[in-house]
Amino acid sequence: MSETTARDTIGGDLPGPGSPPQRQPGRLRLAFDAFVVRREATIFIVAVGLLLYFWANNEDFLSHNNLVNLSQQTAPYAIIATGVVLLLVCGEIDLSVGSVFVLAPFLMHYMVDFYGVYPIVAIIGSVLAGAAIGLANGLIVVVLRVPSFVATLGMLFLVLGIMLTTSHAYPAAIPEAAEGLAGWFGQADWSELIWCLIIVAFFHIVLTRSRWGLHTVATGGNPLGASEAGIRTGRIKIGNFMVTSSLGAFAGILEAFRVNSIDPSAAGADGAAPMLVAVSAAVIGGTALAGGSGTVVGALLGALVLAELRNGFNLIGISANPFNIILGLAIIISMVLNVHLTRLRRAGRR
Amino acid sequence: MNTVPVTTAPALAVEHLAKGFGAVTALRDVNLRLEKGEVLALVGDNGAGKSTLLKILCGFHRPDTGRILLDGEEVVLKSVDHARSLGIDAVYQDLALVNELTVYHNMFLNRERVGRTRLLHNRTMRRIAQEHLDEMGVNIPSVDVEVAKLSGGQRQAIAVARSVYSEARILLLDEPLAAMGAKEGALILDLVGDLKARGEVSIIIIAHNYAQVFEVCDRVNLLQHGEITFDKRTAETSVGELTDLVVEEYRRSRAT
Ligand SMILES: Nc1ncnc2c1ncn2[C@@H]1O[C@H](COP(=O)(O)OP(=O)(O)OP(=O)(O)O)[C@@H](O)[C@H]1O
Ligand SMILES: [Mg+2]
Repeated sequence: MSETTARDTIGGDLPGPGSPPQRQPGRLRLAFDAFVVRREATIFIVAVGLLLYFWANNEDFLSHNNLVNLSQQTAPYAIIATGVVLLLVCGEIDLSVGSVFVLAPFLMHYMVDFYGVYPIVAIIGSVLAGAAIGLANGLIVVVLRVPSFVATLGMLFLVLGIMLTTSHAYPAAIPEAAEGLAGWFGQADWSELIWCLIIVAFFHIVLTRSRWGLHTVATGGNPLGASEAGIRTGRIKIGNFMVTSSLGAFAGILEAFRVNSIDPSAAGADGAAPMLVAVSAAVIGGTALAGGSGTVVGALLGALVLAELRNGFNLIGISANPFNIILGLAIIISMVLNVHLTRLRRAGRR
Repeated sequence: MNTVPVTTAPALAVEHLAKGFGAVTALRDVNLRLEKGEVLALVGDNGAGKSTLLKILCGFHRPDTGRILLDGEEVVLKSVDHARSLGIDAVYQDLALVNELTVYHNMFLNRERVGRTRLLHNRTMRRIAQEHLDEMGVNIPSVDVEVAKLSGGQRQAIAVARSVYSEARILLLDEPLAAMGAKEGALILDLVGDLKARGEVSIIIIAHNYAQVFEVCDRVNLLQHGEITFDKRTAETSVGELTDLVVEEYRRSRAT
């Protein structure tokens, strides 16, 4: 032991045996590390790569019309995935968001056509109804201590059943009174994309730069420690359940306006499809299911990659059937990368 | 005996505190006084209820019965935040650090600095965290690394630094030396000594290694079976006496 090192200091040298050398890394190495560590960067490269690949195979891939298609295949799922990321980061999951997605436009339709509510008020009301469903999810999980997987599985069928019963499983038209708003809420070419970018940007800042975001990470990373530090972890979870369901409701309304019809099968027969796509987008975008880490921007890129695959396969004339093979592989590979990169990053420990 | 004492009220007093977890009785009837500017060592076997007592005093657990008095006035601690607002801060045995967050975010966990826009003031927090760790002599590569990358002792140092610089009047330290090497432990004890010399802070240290804390503490309390069974000034007792007491108790319990 030399006298000059670590004298009067706590801790001493950092890396344990077997970890990569961390002394004086070059600038290039640092930049590389920072890049690899940012999961958004990897998925961004994949998104650009796919774009170029499909474009090379079919010039129409980047035509105006197809870009609109791509944006519309990305935006609603990215909006839902934003909420899903917040929930996954705080250690919970919401399986019910897909059925909220189908219920919300029906609620709007009921309010406008049966109760004469102003369309804009009905839209806000439907989103608030979504928030109420999220509140119920959160209370069941936090207060009654039911695991969120089970609680929201129940809510999935409950909400789906309410939607099917009240609508008699018949599609409805967009209320005439609301047609003036259609362009703003999903029908205009870029409307969904603009909403999506605003929502993603807002919640990216919430997650990375606000106390709420920091406490969301803390709640998922170390639930006991977070509450010992005085963080009200129950409140954080309930809040994020409410955000997720609200975003699900809003995405459902945007999609109804876009396709110009309110369809009871918009989320598939079991109401799970939008949730599955959103969770896939989140995972591909680098969010771990273990809680404590995740990125909203990554989820947006994940949703874009999924849209590119779906749209591109279609465009270059490959049958849609192999799409699921690619999707499955993409999810598994992303998860492997997640686990592996996390371990790399933690190499200094134990 | 029950009348509130003589000259000045103690910084913290506990009367007839009890706490159970379902079938387990963690604390039966705890009476304890912490004078102003005093350092009190709380010792006891594993499972004696030390951490439970600490978690009650910092507002994390609610006691089943009993009273807590701050400066002679009864308080009901509603939450960790509430206790903090009254000047009580704790280092938990499990440290309450979040692996996924940076060192400086951990040091400001639930006390984050925010600007007028309500966004985190990362620059300020990073600077202050660095200053405090430098001042304490904690050696970590950077306040920007995630806590997951630190060693056990480094993590403990972060947790201690977080509380020491919280400007609390009453500090509760649950085995703050557990993961520390001899030298690092001495540094923490020096820090406690400094705080004591300034006389503004009253401290409870939970420790298993009596010898280590004996130098800095004024008084020792022994917690056994949910009660304080031994209360002496450090000057009037010795490491040997305490060890004998604990071991003798153990022999007796084996015999019956
Ligand atoms: N959250 C809890 N739920 C149930 N039982 C608990 C809980 N916390 C503590 N206990 C029980 O209360 C008793 C006292 O535990 P406590 O952690 O206070 O002991 P301790 O004196 O700190 O022990 P150690 O020296 O091992 O840290 C133990 O029997 C423990 O099992
Ligand atoms: Mg303990």
